[in-house]
Amino acid sequence: MAPPSAKRAGSNKKAQLGLFAGYLAAGLGATLGALLLAISLWRPGTFNGLRSMASDAAAPVGEVGAAGRVGSRNFFEAIAGYYDAGSKNAELEEEIRIARVRLAEARALEQENQRLRAVLELAEGDVEPVTTARLIGSTSSSARRFAYLSAGRRDGVEPGMPVTSPLGLVGRVLEVGANTSRVLLLTDTDSVVPVRRATDNVVAFAEGRADGSLRIRLINLGINPLEEGDIFVTSGAGGLFHPGTAVAMVTEVTDDGAIGQLLSNPAATDVVIVKPIWQGDVVRDMELPLDSELEAGPESASGQAGE
Amino acid sequence: MERLAPNARRDAYGSKINRDHSPVLAYGLPWLTIMLGSLTPLLPVIAPAPILPPLGYLLLLAWRMLRPGLLPMWAGLPLGLFNDLYSGQPVGSGILLFSVTMIALELLEIRFPWRSFWQDWLVAALFVPVFLLFSALFSGASIGFRQLALLMPQLLLSVIAFPIVAKMVSLLDRVRLTRVRRIG
Repeated sequence: MAPPSAKRAGSNKKAQLGLFAGYLAAGLGATLGALLLAISLWRPGTFNGLRSMASDAAAPVGEVGAAGRVGSRNFFEAIAGYYDAGSKNAELEEEIRIARVRLAEARALEQENQRLRAVLELAEGDVEPVTTARLIGSTSSSARRFAYLSAGRRDGVEPGMPVTSPLGLVGRVLEVGANTSRVLLLTDTDSVVPVRRATDNVVAFAEGRADGSLRIRLINLGINPLEEGDIFVTSGAGGLFHPGTAVAMVTEVTDDGAIGQLLSNPAATDVVIVKPIWQGDVVRDMELPLDSELEAGPESASGQAGE
Repeated sequence: MERLAPNARRDAYGSKINRDHSPVLAYGLPWLTIMLGSLTPLLPVIAPAPILPPLGYLLLLAWRMLRPGLLPMWAGLPLGLFNDLYSGQPVGSGILLFSVTMIALELLEIRFPWRSFWQDWLVAALFVPVFLLFSALFSGASIGFRQLALLMPQLLLSVIAFPIVAKMVSLLDRVRLTRVRRIG
């Protein structure tokens, strides 16, 4: 299709000016974009408020979608119920899978308890979850791996809180809006979780690889003790993540660690649990200088003075 | 009385008598559809890797190619901002890439005023990889050779999806020009 003749300015001064103004506006837009991009790469938190406002506004769409995802699955399960052997089998397999993870977690917990009792003579109680919510979407066309959660500040969610599913760790909260929040999934390349092998104390870092798997890097280099099928749980080192939550299973052993498959695939998760930050006061103390720089508010300054 | 030709009263856009195009629909529909396309992250798909085509960008390309001049040249700024709010990219990356796309398409159109479907597809197949590559570079994720290889399925899917999107846009264009406003 040929463009309309208005695209050709010819000797018409007014049309020439109009075309020039168009290019100028688009060029200014591009420049503004480049500036904003530079700012948001330099200070990633700058536009958090804007983004969480936007996702709050669009949350109902995502809620409907998430409900649809669950609903449609129930619908197909109802149909599959007529051929009931198959669906029963799938259900049982799912249960076994959960049970296996639970078993590994329980073993890890038991060991954790022993260790803690031995060292601190302290019994650890169950963690009260902050809230339960749905994952209503994810950045499925971007190179980053974020998910949107249907709970926000009103439900008591705060940045940094770990998000788990019955099968294991999903990620941690990054930004909080009124009704929604953004979760950094474990598979994002910026996500690093301190982990240990469930059966002993081989400690490592689990880093995201952006493709659904994790890279497990051992802290103590030497002979690689890992084997396929090893299950890694969070170690709780450095705070944030509660110790003993299942993270990944080793599928491939490499020179400096292993490649692990995520145990709680977020795609198969309907409801997730938001837990309070593990050892929150320690984490807060560690982040204090950073916070005071970001907020430059009197609260953080007085907090520092109070200590 | 002599019968009028049937197309004197009606055409593909509805009755010509007593009806006119609605300016809101005619000018607003492209914006609305591109913004809806930018909302793909809220689809109930929790993807372990980038897989869905950048629907907002594909719709922008398709509208711009089907109806040059319908979207003003500065449209990249608001549409890119909206895309950034949901796509998970740092704010600014969409604004920059959308604006540059609008300028590039304008220049391309001056050079090749007569176009066909195949040329549109070729242009889209050139623009989409560049968009995805720069989006990945701007995203702030640590991008290595492995992560770039991860873009391939998404890239191919986007290139294949473009004709479908273009067809959808041409159907929407018919909706856009339906005479819904009653005069008098």
